[in-house]
Amino acid sequence: MEFFRITRVIPFMRYALVFNVISLVTFLLAVILLAVRGLNFGVDFKGGTVIEIAYSHPADLARVRGVIDKMNLGEFAVQSFGSANSALIRLPLKEGLSSAQLSEKVMGALKADDPAVAQQRVEFVGPQVGKELYENGALALLLVCFGIVAYLAMRFEWRFAVSAIAANLHDVVIILGFFALFQWEFSLPVLAAILAVLGYSVNESVVIADRIRENFRKMRKASVPEVINSAITSTLSRTIITHGCTLMMVLSILFFGGETLHYFALALAVGICFGIYSSALVMAALVMWLGVSREDLVRADRKAGPGGVEKILP
Amino acid sequence: MNRYPPWKYALIAIALVVGIVYTLPNFFPEVPAVQISTSKTNIKIDAATLQTAEDALKAAGIAYRGESVDPTGIKIRFADADTQLKAKDVLQQRLGDGYIVALNLISSSPQWLAAIGARPMYLGLDLRGGVHFMLQVDMKAALDKAADRYLSDIRSLLREKKVLYAGIAREGQTVAVRFRDAAERDRANQEIGTAFPDLLVKEGDATGEFKLQASLKPEAQKRIQDGAVQQNITILRNRVNELGVAEPIVQQQGGDRVVVQLPGVQDTARAKDILGRTATLEIRMVNEDPGALEAAMAGQVPLGSDLFTERSGAPVLVKRPVVLTGDRINDAQPGFDGRTNEPAVHINLDGSGARIFKELTRDNVGKRMAIVLVEKGKAEVVTAPVIREEIGGGKVQISGRMSTREANDVSLLMRAGALAAPMEIVEERTVGPSLGKENIDKGFNSVIYGFIALSVFICIYYALMGVISTISLAVNLLLLIALLSMLQATLTLPGIAAIALTLGMAIDANVLINERIREELRWGDTPHAAIQAGYERAWGTILDSNVTTLIAGLALLIFGTGPVRGFAVVHCLGIMTSMFSAVFVSRGLVALLYGGRKKLDKISIGQVWKPASAALATPNR
Repeated sequence: MEFFRITRVIPFMRYALVFNVISLVTFLLAVILLAVRGLNFGVDFKGGTVIEIAYSHPADLARVRGVIDKMNLGEFAVQSFGSANSALIRLPLKEGLSSAQLSEKVMGALKADDPAVAQQRVEFVGPQVGKELYENGALALLLVCFGIVAYLAMRFEWRFAVSAIAANLHDVVIILGFFALFQWEFSLPVLAAILAVLGYSVNESVVIADRIRENFRKMRKASVPEVINSAITSTLSRTIITHGCTLMMVLSILFFGGETLHYFALALAVGICFGIYSSALVMAALVMWLGVSREDLVRADRKAGPGGVEKILP
Repeated sequence: MNRYPPWKYALIAIALVVGIVYTLPNFFPEVPAVQISTSKTNIKIDAATLQTAEDALKAAGIAYRGESVDPTGIKIRFADADTQLKAKDVLQQRLGDGYIVALNLISSSPQWLAAIGARPMYLGLDLRGGVHFMLQVDMKAALDKAADRYLSDIRSLLREKKVLYAGIAREGQTVAVRFRDAAERDRANQEIGTAFPDLLVKEGDATGEFKLQASLKPEAQKRIQDGAVQQNITILRNRVNELGVAEPIVQQQGGDRVVVQLPGVQDTARAKDILGRTATLEIRMVNEDPGALEAAMAGQVPLGSDLFTERSGAPVLVKRPVVLTGDRINDAQPGFDGRTNEPAVHINLDGSGARIFKELTRDNVGKRMAIVLVEKGKAEVVTAPVIREEIGGGKVQISGRMSTREANDVSLLMRAGALAAPMEIVEERTVGPSLGKENIDKGFNSVIYGFIALSVFICIYYALMGVISTISLAVNLLLLIALLSMLQATLTLPGIAAIALTLGMAIDANVLINERIREELRWGDTPHAAIQAGYERAWGTILDSNVTTLIAGLALLIFGTGPVRGFAVVHCLGIMTSMFSAVFVSRGLVALLYGGRKKLDKISIGQVWKPASAALATPNR
């Protein structure tokens, strides 16, 4: 079986400007969404209490709301979670109320109302810890960016490093845009997923960059766009099959992994889909705009190459 | 061509054998067990304890399935959870205080596996259920307390040295002393400087006022803060032991936080209660009326007295009125008697405590007083020394008939009256056991179904080479689980997701190789050359892409906490195992399959489509 029967090099770079404009527009859209709607931060970052409860019969959310409403705990939310029997209660941080006793109070009130309820899970995060988790997350993102740029700059060339990280950060912003648009809950596992996607998409860029370098060596007479086009075209089937396979795994997590991993898997799925596009088209186009040239990459081989290199120097 | 050196096969074989052995324990179900351990140093858990436990079980008619003694304690296995519960009650009753009898689940894997350190993966709290608390120690309170202590110390010192001062007060965390003239101030400055090297004394004269400001030096502050955290940890450990948890974790995190993890604890309310409890320390007089103790032991406790046992086991009859409470104690430290060089406990009382104690000792020379620790409604006499003389100044020393170890224990217990500084729960994560079980199933399902879908696709798309990729992916999974079991890294639900994700990403290496081989074939290479070139060219790319993924994983490992850390650990390990399996193992399999054949016409790698006009890429070869 062979899905990709490409007869000629697809001239991707001819449309580089179009791709970059599309990218810029989606990127700006995501930024606007983030600014206007903001992220729906989970308890990990915002602080507060989450209680997952399960009834032995379908949960009556309105009744649960009624019980908690009477307790005067501030702006709370009750939503169904996973199965019909479960519900998730979110409580905000409240000054002066001992956090440790809060879940007990709520469970006590719910038990008094309906003894068929059982506490499945409690998560409480104090304001200080939430802030730290937020800061650590931002630091982790910075460290990843810095590490990847440094490695790519060392292994390839600064233009590749800058293009790759720009292309992949644009993925990250777009994933965040999705989270802002649909108000999906942004929790610690989602952050982990985003960083994993960042690493994974960069890996995509590396494959293409590798091929560009190899083609620069082989195709001595070809122009820069030709070399890039050929590299993207010849790695296209690999790109799509690999991403398809990874996506299969991610969808398996999405469908079978349960509610806890739901947004984690969603972030991965969105990231993988955009990763294909950004690595192939955004990164390569940026490399071209930044003016990559043969001698930037083939420098090490200069002695080995008979002529060729010097010819294209101005 | 495409032969593979024997040492590489040997390496693969060793990896596989080690992988299988260390993965094995995960397949044995866990069985209910009761674990007996102790928190007391004077109790030994040995074969005799085991014999007692076995006798108790036999007497109660409870069947057990096996037992073992190891440094962590005795473990006795049972057929089901009901028997386990019954046995726990029986054992607790028979063994009594001093022993911790906890419910536990232990792997039913054979002894030889345990002997070589092969254990099942260590499940995180979100998978096995339990409580995770993070407590923050209130450092300001610890420093305030220290300042209070110095306030009374400085006051006594100035009185003792007959330095005249106008007033002394605590201002924040500094002790301010006012004087009427400069001469007295200078004298005080010198005295305080020599007596308390931990204090930084500054002159803070205002108009018409002579003032000294003493504050803790930064290194002393740090020592006090560290001490406060350490003391709180010790106290938390003692309390956790009471909960009867099989594998509790109490450890420091960062400068001022303590993490408490109690796997399998259901009753979170009780756990919070016990952790947050404050014990009280009371000083009471011993009832030494002739015959009273004997009468009390016979069941006739005199009115107004309580019968307690001393830590040594001797009964003590103690009068009801509390003469002094533990909050009057600023500090208690083990040390030595200055004259006899015997081990002693030095107690430092605050101002009013010192006054009360002075009266008490003046009126009761020759009598015994008892220091009683009341915790959870249960009282225990820490020590009951005889008062030899009147003691003023708030500095008390208890010595005589005490070993160094006892001095340590007693001083700890006296400080345990209250935590060194208050603590607050800043993070809590509780997972019920049924949810934990559900999480394991869900995580397991997502790995299995994803793996099956992936394998089917790859096998169809790449034919025999796809089967090889699938096998190497399975080896990857095996090695990853073996590595996780070996390192006993905590596996969380995001960790299981990371296993699935790692497999999804690991296939990339195989796809890269297979696509490369197809491409080489497309350009008319011989099958042997195509395999050679495919693996060789793909290797550099695989390395580069894995390093970048590893960078992301490491960043998560450094900054991640809790479940995210679990994700990062698996992610990083998975990248390592995938490099090994994709390159080493699949290459070895290919060599095994095709390497022996001299003339190879065709590789089973699915259909390789060749364009009619070879215009695609790499024209200048």
